[in-house]
Amino acid sequence: MKKKKRKNRPGLSIFSILPLYLFTIVFVAFPLIYLFVLSFLTRAETWGVVNQLTLKNYLGILDPIYLNTFIESFKLAILTTGLVILVGYPYGYFMAKLNSDWRRRMMLLLMIPFWISSLMRLFGWVTMFRANGVLDKFLMMLGIIDEPLKLLYTYPAVVVGMVYALTPFMIFSVYSSAEKLDWSMVEAARDLGATRWKAFVTVTLKLTLPGLLSGVVLTFIPSMGLFYIAELLGGNKVVLVGNVIQEQLMKSHNWPFAAALSVVLMALTSFVIFLYRKITKVKDLEGLV
Amino acid sequence: MKNRTKLPNIYLGIVTAIMYLPILIVIIYSFNESRISSVWEGFSFKWYADLFRDKSILDALINSIILASLSSLSAGVIGTLAAVGMTKVKLRTNSTVEYIATLPIIIPEIILGIIFLLYFSLLGLRFGMTTLIIAHTTFCVPYVLILVKARLAGMDKSFVEAARDLGASGPRAFFDITLPLILPAVASGMLLSFAMSFDDVVISVFVTGVNVNTLPLKIYTSLKTGVTPKINALCTLMFIATIILIMLSAYLGKLNRINTTDSKEETL
Repeated sequence: MKKKKRKNRPGLSIFSILPLYLFTIVFVAFPLIYLFVLSFLTRAETWGVVNQLTLKNYLGILDPIYLNTFIESFKLAILTTGLVILVGYPYGYFMAKLNSDWRRRMMLLLMIPFWISSLMRLFGWVTMFRANGVLDKFLMMLGIIDEPLKLLYTYPAVVVGMVYALTPFMIFSVYSSAEKLDWSMVEAARDLGATRWKAFVTVTLKLTLPGLLSGVVLTFIPSMGLFYIAELLGGNKVVLVGNVIQEQLMKSHNWPFAAALSVVLMALTSFVIFLYRKITKVKDLEGLV
Repeated sequence: MKNRTKLPNIYLGIVTAIMYLPILIVIIYSFNESRISSVWEGFSFKWYADLFRDKSILDALINSIILASLSSLSAGVIGTLAAVGMTKVKLRTNSTVEYIATLPIIIPEIILGIIFLLYFSLLGLRFGMTTLIIAHTTFCVPYVLILVKARLAGMDKSFVEAARDLGASGPRAFFDITLPLILPAVASGMLLSFAMSFDDVVISVFVTGVNVNTLPLKIYTSLKTGVTPKINALCTLMFIATIILIMLSAYLGKLNRINTTDSKEETL
């Protein structure tokens, strides 16, 4: 009897994976397919769509206005990612060199701002950058500037906001690969006569590259879509692909066009991830969870 | 040697301080008497008092708690069952489904929001709490799934086998042996899900209904329209809640480390 029951095991377990199968198919796969289909449909006169296949939506992206937005978004994403590497890589690297007590403490310290409402942190920057705000007052007090910088609603403000929001991802990624690093290999390189710099480039950098690259992916992808940072810190001066998509969807109600923009953005995203996998030959993003 | 190690520590200190700077500003100004956020006019609790009188914020808070609880709970059930089930039912489609299931945390948030807006309109669902819960569950499932899977991979399977050999039924072995062992991972996955759902703006903007507000949505709209220092007070309270949650998860993480050789969860 017991033996028999045991044979049934896979039969029962089927029910345990069923919810994930159903949920994933109905609420992730289908919506994605629908987005793809929708991007080839025609916009209706007033509201919604008509079932008429067209490439107009994709051709519309080539319009200089939208093409420029893509290019501008791309530039901002590259700039953001570059700065995030500059700030985050050394941080993750130095953190991995701490002793285990301090590593745990730093992890906790990092997690707090990371888990806290991103809006709250954004709000802090708004208060800081506002004309005659905290930063202006502080710098004027020190005598560094004579008149307010009025950083709010400028490009640099958006860059700071983006770098600030995305650096933790880089730190986590770099840290998780630097933590596994066998430091004796660096020492060996040094003992064999490599300079500090050479040992870093040939050993450390090479071995932490997966973490660095996964950090790049985790920074680059969101930085094209974080429309609310551009909106709240940049006013209307900085327009990202994310902002255009949102506008097309919520204000112009041009759903097929918004869908086409999304598909292109997603294709770009997949391409970045594909490149990452090609270079590192790793399947999962390091430090993602 | 000592001087060499100092410089990195100074760097870590400065960057960490900058990370806390905007949070600190929000907290300080929540006690500011003045209405204008850049002028300091003295210490006051009046914005907190104001906050507690605002019914719309209280409603938003309740909505956020309901949303985050139900999303993390559904994700906990779906993710845990699947992670455990997949160790037994080895279908060829498993890895594909798993990949699709993790897509919601890989593709840009804004696209996920758009996808749901369009899809829910197609289905004719009424935008509100239901659509919010479905959308949030999709990006919560991956966290639970990944964490529980990692935990199961590091688990000693002989315990379950022993229980089965001693005559325990499949479900019995699951509830008595497997579940207690993976519980820390389930809990930290759900906690992370809760935090992500509680904080989400981008996806919620697209899938919420006319009269359903969550806390982040409320903050977002008030940041866009005109800030009152009340929001500072609200953010400060949320900050305290987050710290409590993190302490809880750090504690669970410690339990995790004690019970397993696998340290993958540590990066969390």
